[in-house]
Amino acid sequence: MAENKARLLQGNEAVVEGAIAAGLRFFAGYPITPSTEIAEQAAAKLPTVGGKFIQMEDEIASMAAVCGASLAGVKSMTATSGPGFSLKQENLGFAVKGEIPCVVVNVQRVGPSTGMPTSPAQGDVMQARWGSHGDHEIVALCPSSVEEAFRLTVEAFNIAEEYRTPVILLMDEVIGHLREKVVLPSKEELTIKHREKPSVPPEQYKPFAMDQGRIPGVPPLAAYGEGYRFHVTGLTHGEDGFPTNNPAIAEKQIKRINEKISSNRKALCKVERFFLNDAEVVVVAYGATARSARKAVKDAREQGIKAGLLRPITIWPFVEDALSEVKANLPKAVIVPEMNLGQLVLPVRRVMGDSVPVIQINKLAGQLIEPEEILSAIKEAV
Amino acid sequence: MALPLEQYLRVAKMPHIWCPGCGHGIVLQAIVRAIHELGIDTEKTVIVSGIGCSARAPGYLHFDTLHTTHGRAIAFATGIKLAKPELNVIVITGDGDAAAIGGNHLIHAARRNLDITVICFNNNIYGMTSGQYSPLTPQGSYATTSPYGMLEKPFDLCNLVMGAGGTFAARSTTYHARQLTNVIKEAISHKGFAFVDALSQCPTYFGRRNKLRTPLDMMNWFKDRAVPVNAWEKLSPEEREDKFPIGVLKKTQATELTEVYKELIQQLQQRGGE
Repeated sequence: MAENKARLLQGNEAVVEGAIAAGLRFFAGYPITPSTEIAEQAAAKLPTVGGKFIQMEDEIASMAAVCGASLAGVKSMTATSGPGFSLKQENLGFAVKGEIPCVVVNVQRVGPSTGMPTSPAQGDVMQARWGSHGDHEIVALCPSSVEEAFRLTVEAFNIAEEYRTPVILLMDEVIGHLREKVVLPSKEELTIKHREKPSVPPEQYKPFAMDQGRIPGVPPLAAYGEGYRFHVTGLTHGEDGFPTNNPAIAEKQIKRINEKISSNRKALCKVERFFLNDAEVVVVAYGATARSARKAVKDAREQGIKAGLLRPITIWPFVEDALSEVKANLPKAVIVPEMNLGQLVLPVRRVMGDSVPVIQINKLAGQLIEPEEILSAIKEAV
Repeated sequence: MALPLEQYLRVAKMPHIWCPGCGHGIVLQAIVRAIHELGIDTEKTVIVSGIGCSARAPGYLHFDTLHTTHGRAIAFATGIKLAKPELNVIVITGDGDAAAIGGNHLIHAARRNLDITVICFNNNIYGMTSGQYSPLTPQGSYATTSPYGMLEKPFDLCNLVMGAGGTFAARSTTYHARQLTNVIKEAISHKGFAFVDALSQCPTYFGRRNKLRTPLDMMNWFKDRAVPVNAWEKLSPEEREDKFPIGVLKKTQATELTEVYKELIQQLQQRGGE
């Protein structure tokens, strides 16, 4: 086996490398800063591996095309940033409802509206969670390095395929445009997962069965053109996929598509723990901000302060269990730095309740939160 | 004994939701008849729709079917066709779905000359939401949102598609059911983007407000105004007032997107293999 070479790679480029390694063969996108390199790389690389790229007429159409291609049995992805992410929400909800595996990358920039297109932000955390209408669960992963952008893209595809759901890769402009030396894992080192196909004859196939699948509540998915003749609709549907107004069936189905995610939190929620065991002050940080937080925690430790970092790698579903462990140790404070006015701090505060004070550090307008700012908050808290 | 067309229908899902006298069943039958007469592989045929009365048609068709979001059927269909070019992809849409909220997707699919067939169940009105005007509502006609008569000029969808680069465009009506079947057959057989403007009556929400109370009134309205394309060519601008051409309006050949893509992939893979 050839030794893996070190490469200088941009975060956005690493996403495409990861996606193709995970089996991406269809990309539909629309140019938008700061995610455009993902579309450019996909356009260059996909045809060389037999895949297809298309620049659609708008953001809505690219999300739609991704759903269509996935139902035809091909692993599919799109990439965007804030304004485009807003436009994609309706069809993202369609993917949730139709249980269509796909990956949506959002390289966050400053909003609201057109905002500051070239500047980083973490302002779409809650939009990722609640951006589409109606009760639904969503999976969102958040890389904080170029190598992790690669690995989490692979993971995003694996989760999308295993759980028949859209997965959001919630990047920020810093990670998207950052160039780092990385050694990408070889094919053999990666685990690549594929959606479960039905094993029953077409006349018995229930594409939205309540009680089937390797993972309970995740029914196998046929592909168009395989003879299953199945129906997919955004209307609330029964096990056979056809619309229903029967409240009992509707409720069961809505609950199933929510619970297939919420009841698998343990498998889905990933965190990184850094000096957490004896930490008296805990920083909870993700994405680019976690890089500053790590440096602040290191510096604090060098100065004899027992600081630690909890880095949610999975943003949604929320890493409640890891936060509960932090709470059980009763640290003096939890510090949540974010490049927004305070979004992930909301569920953090909900877990901590009155037991542990939660301190926010928020910066806007594309300004990075620097290690010194987090360090001084740590010092104030001890 | 099963009727010959039953094999294409999900009979168990009927009765359908359409109002008595609605023309959509006639268009649906024309599609099914066209598929039957062409003998295309029904396991390799996907039918996609958006939102509206027309969009419910795929639910009654025994194929792989996809009922998408409002206006976006062509965009979903683009993904299916590019992912699996061997599939026949047929889009069923309505006039609001295709020309208003989905207008962008219609013109771009035409421009790309993607090998899909789009059949517009054009009843000049938003029926599902009970009768608001659409971009196809004739000027002066009444709808719940044009209580003083439609102020705007409507689209000619075939002209729009032809102007955008679509290589096949045809129009027919529920009155001309045989011709409708024939133009749908030609559209499905056409290699490239094919569009059929299928005029369908909505007596409930269009006719009722426009002195065309019965389905027959509406179908006679189609009959009186439709002019076969050959005769249309000979009409003066004055004679064309209040009339429209039916039949195949455009049929040309041009490079098709999935074919171009296939060649590109072959070239790149050969280059990679050298």
